[in-house]
Amino acid sequence: MKNAFKIATLAAAIGLSGQALASLAYVSNEKDNTLSIIDTETNEVVDTIEVGARPRGILLSKDYTKLYICASDDDTVQVLDLATRKIIDTLPSGEDPEQFALHPNNRHLYIANEDDAIVTVVDVATKEVLAQIDVGIEPEGMAVSPDGKWAVNTSETSSMLHWINTETFEIEKNTVVGQRPRHVEFTKDSKLAWASAEIGGTVHIFDVNTIEEIKQIDFQIRGVPQDRVQPVGIQLTSDGKYAFVALGPSNHVAVVDAQTYEVLDYLLVGARVWQLDLDKDEKYLYTTNGVSGDVSVIDVEELKVIKSIKVGRYPWGVVIDPNS
Amino acid sequence: MSFNSKLMITAVLYSWLLGPASAATLDVKIGYIQWVPDQGPVLSNVTPEPEDAGLRGAELGIADNSATGKFLGQNYLLESVMASDENQAMAALDDMLENGIDLLVARVPADTLQAMAERAGDTALLFNAGAADDGLRISECKPNVLHTIPSYAMLTDALAQWLNMRRWNKVFLITGPTDQDKAWAEAFRRASKRFGLDIIADKSWTFDSDLRRTASKELPVFTQARDYDAVVVADVRGDFGEYVPFNTWLPRPVVGTQGMGPEAWHRVVEAWGAAQLQNRFRDLAGREMNSEDYAAWAAIRSIGTTVTGLSEADHSNIREYLFSDQFQLAAFKGRKLTYRPWNGQLRQPIPLVHPQGLVATPPLEGFLHPDTELDTLGYDKPESDCQIN
Repeated sequence: MKNAFKIATLAAAIGLSGQALASLAYVSNEKDNTLSIIDTETNEVVDTIEVGARPRGILLSKDYTKLYICASDDDTVQVLDLATRKIIDTLPSGEDPEQFALHPNNRHLYIANEDDAIVTVVDVATKEVLAQIDVGIEPEGMAVSPDGKWAVNTSETSSMLHWINTETFEIEKNTVVGQRPRHVEFTKDSKLAWASAEIGGTVHIFDVNTIEEIKQIDFQIRGVPQDRVQPVGIQLTSDGKYAFVALGPSNHVAVVDAQTYEVLDYLLVGARVWQLDLDKDEKYLYTTNGVSGDVSVIDVEELKVIKSIKVGRYPWGVVIDPNS
Repeated sequence: MSFNSKLMITAVLYSWLLGPASAATLDVKIGYIQWVPDQGPVLSNVTPEPEDAGLRGAELGIADNSATGKFLGQNYLLESVMASDENQAMAALDDMLENGIDLLVARVPADTLQAMAERAGDTALLFNAGAADDGLRISECKPNVLHTIPSYAMLTDALAQWLNMRRWNKVFLITGPTDQDKAWAEAFRRASKRFGLDIIADKSWTFDSDLRRTASKELPVFTQARDYDAVVVADVRGDFGEYVPFNTWLPRPVVGTQGMGPEAWHRVVEAWGAAQLQNRFRDLAGREMNSEDYAAWAAIRSIGTTVTGLSEADHSNIREYLFSDQFQLAAFKGRKLTYRPWNGQLRQPIPLVHPQGLVATPPLEGFLHPDTELDTLGYDKPESDCQIN
C-alpha cells in the first residue's frame, strides 16, 4: 500500500519535472533518516525518500546527476542517483562524516570526520582514499575554493580554520577565529572566504591571497539575547550583492551587504535555522529550520519570508538542483 | 579502503611543526586534585558514582586542549592526584605549587577548597569543580578561585523556574539529614520565593528503617497532605530519595535530587554538538560523562581557550583574560559561557533530566534579566556580597 503510494508520487514527480522544469530542493532530515524533495515552483514536498542514518551534509555532483549524502551514523557517504532517486553507491568516508565539499574537478571529495578530528579526501570515481589530514577537534565546515586551490576545514572545538593545499593535501595555515566555527563559503572569484563562528556570534572574512582576516561582522537583533545569535550557514549571491547568514536559535537570517559588510536586515524564519541555499535564478532562498522542522522560503528581491514548508524532523542541509 | 599512509604521516608531521613560525613549544601544566569524603552507608541500591568522576573529565579537557594546541605549538600536561583524605589533598597541592604548577582544578569539599585557596594565595589560579555550596559564591569568595560546578542555588533555581513554567506551584519538600541535603533544601526554599512557588509542607526525613521492606507503607503516610502539584526531594547522596517516586500519597511527580532534576551534565544531553563530546568521553573513559566530569572538563577547556587567545600561560594573565570580554567558552550548552565577575562562577544553562531523557534546559524563555538570562540562575550580583574583581 505504502509502496504503491510512493511509486505513484514518484511517477507524478517525474511527470511534473518532465514538463514544468521546476528545480528541486533536497533537504536532509537528521532525525528521520530521510530526504525531503521540494518542488521550488509550487513550494511543496513532492517526495520523501529513505536514506542512511543521521543524514546531515548533502551536495550535488558538478554535473547535477548525483547527490552525495553524509550518513553520519552509518559512517558512510551515500550516492543518490537523481534520475531514479535510488542510492546507487556508498563511498568510504572515515567515521562520522558531517560536512563535505567537492573539488571543481568533480572527483575529490573533502569530508570532515567529526568524531575523529580528521579530514578524509576520497576520489569519488575510484573510491580511493587519497589522504587523511589531521585537523582540530570536531571538524565541521568544509569548503573548496571555486578555483580549486584551497580546501578549508573548520574545527569547532579548536576554533580554527585549517587551510589545506589541494595539490599536496597538507595544511598550510591555521587561523584562529571565534568560538565554534561552523561553515565556510568562498566568493565565486575565490578571492574571499566567509566563515561563521556559532558561539562567537561572528562572521570572519578572509582575504584568500594572504590568508589574513580582513573583516569581522557582528550581529545584533532587537529583542533577542546576544548569546542566542549564533551564525551557522552562509550563502552569497553570485552578483556579489548579498550574503545571507543563518543565525541559529535567534530564528533569524541576516542579510549582509557583501560589499560594505553592513548588516541590512534580519528576517524571521523558523526555529534554529541551520543551512540555506539559493535557487537557480537566485530569486529565492531556502533555509532549514532544525527545531521547527520546516523550510522557510525567502524572496531575495523583496527580502521577505514568503512561505514555510513542513519537512521531516530536524532538517539539516538543503541544496537546490539548478538543472532539474 | 586503501589509505595512503605516506600522505597521512606527512600531514601529521607537518601539523606538529605549524604555529607561530619560530615560537618554541609552550608547555602548559595543569594540576588536578580530587578528594571525596566517604558518603556513609545508604539505604537505596543506588548506582554507585564512578570513583574517577571528575578526573576523566579533566583528562578529556587536556586531550581537547592538546588537539588544538598542536597547531599552535602548545602542549598540555595533566598532573593528577586522587587523595584519600584532606591532608593528602593539601600535600598534593604543596607538591604541585613547589613544582611550579599554578593552574589547578580541584574536586574537593568546600572546607578543603577554602584551605587550598588560602594556601595558594596569589601564586596560583584554582578552579572549583566539586563544591556546590552557595557560601563559596555569596560570602566566602576568594579572588583566586573560579567555580565551574553549578551552585545549589543555580540548580534549584533551574528547577523552580521550570515548576513555575508548568504552573506546578504547590510543592511538598522532603529534606534528608546531611549538611548537603540541608544546603540543597535551603537553596530550593530561596528559589521557591524567587519563582513564586508555595511550599505547602516542609518535612525532614528522619526515618532510619530500611525502605526496601517498608517504602510502600511509610512514604504514602509521610507525604500525606491535602494537595500539592509535585514532591521535591533533597537527598544529595541518594539515601532514601529513590523510594519516593510512585510511593507518594497523591499521584504526583517527584523532582529534585531524585526523579527528575537539575544536573550540570548528563548523558541524555545531546543538542548543540553535545553528542560529539559524549562520544569523545565514552571513548576515553568507557562510561557516561556526569556533572563532575563536565565541571573539570570545563575548567581545563577554559584554560585552553585562554591560552589559545593569549599564546602564554601566566596564571594572573589567564585570570584577567577569563574575566574579560574576549573570553567565551564553547561548552555544548547552546550558548557561550562566561564567568561572573563578582564571584567567579561559570554561568551555564542547567539541564533538567530524568534517567532516560531531557525535560528542559533553563534558563527558560520568558524569565528575563537585563544582562543575560543565565543570571536568572543562582545568586545575582546584587544578592552576593562578593566582589573579587
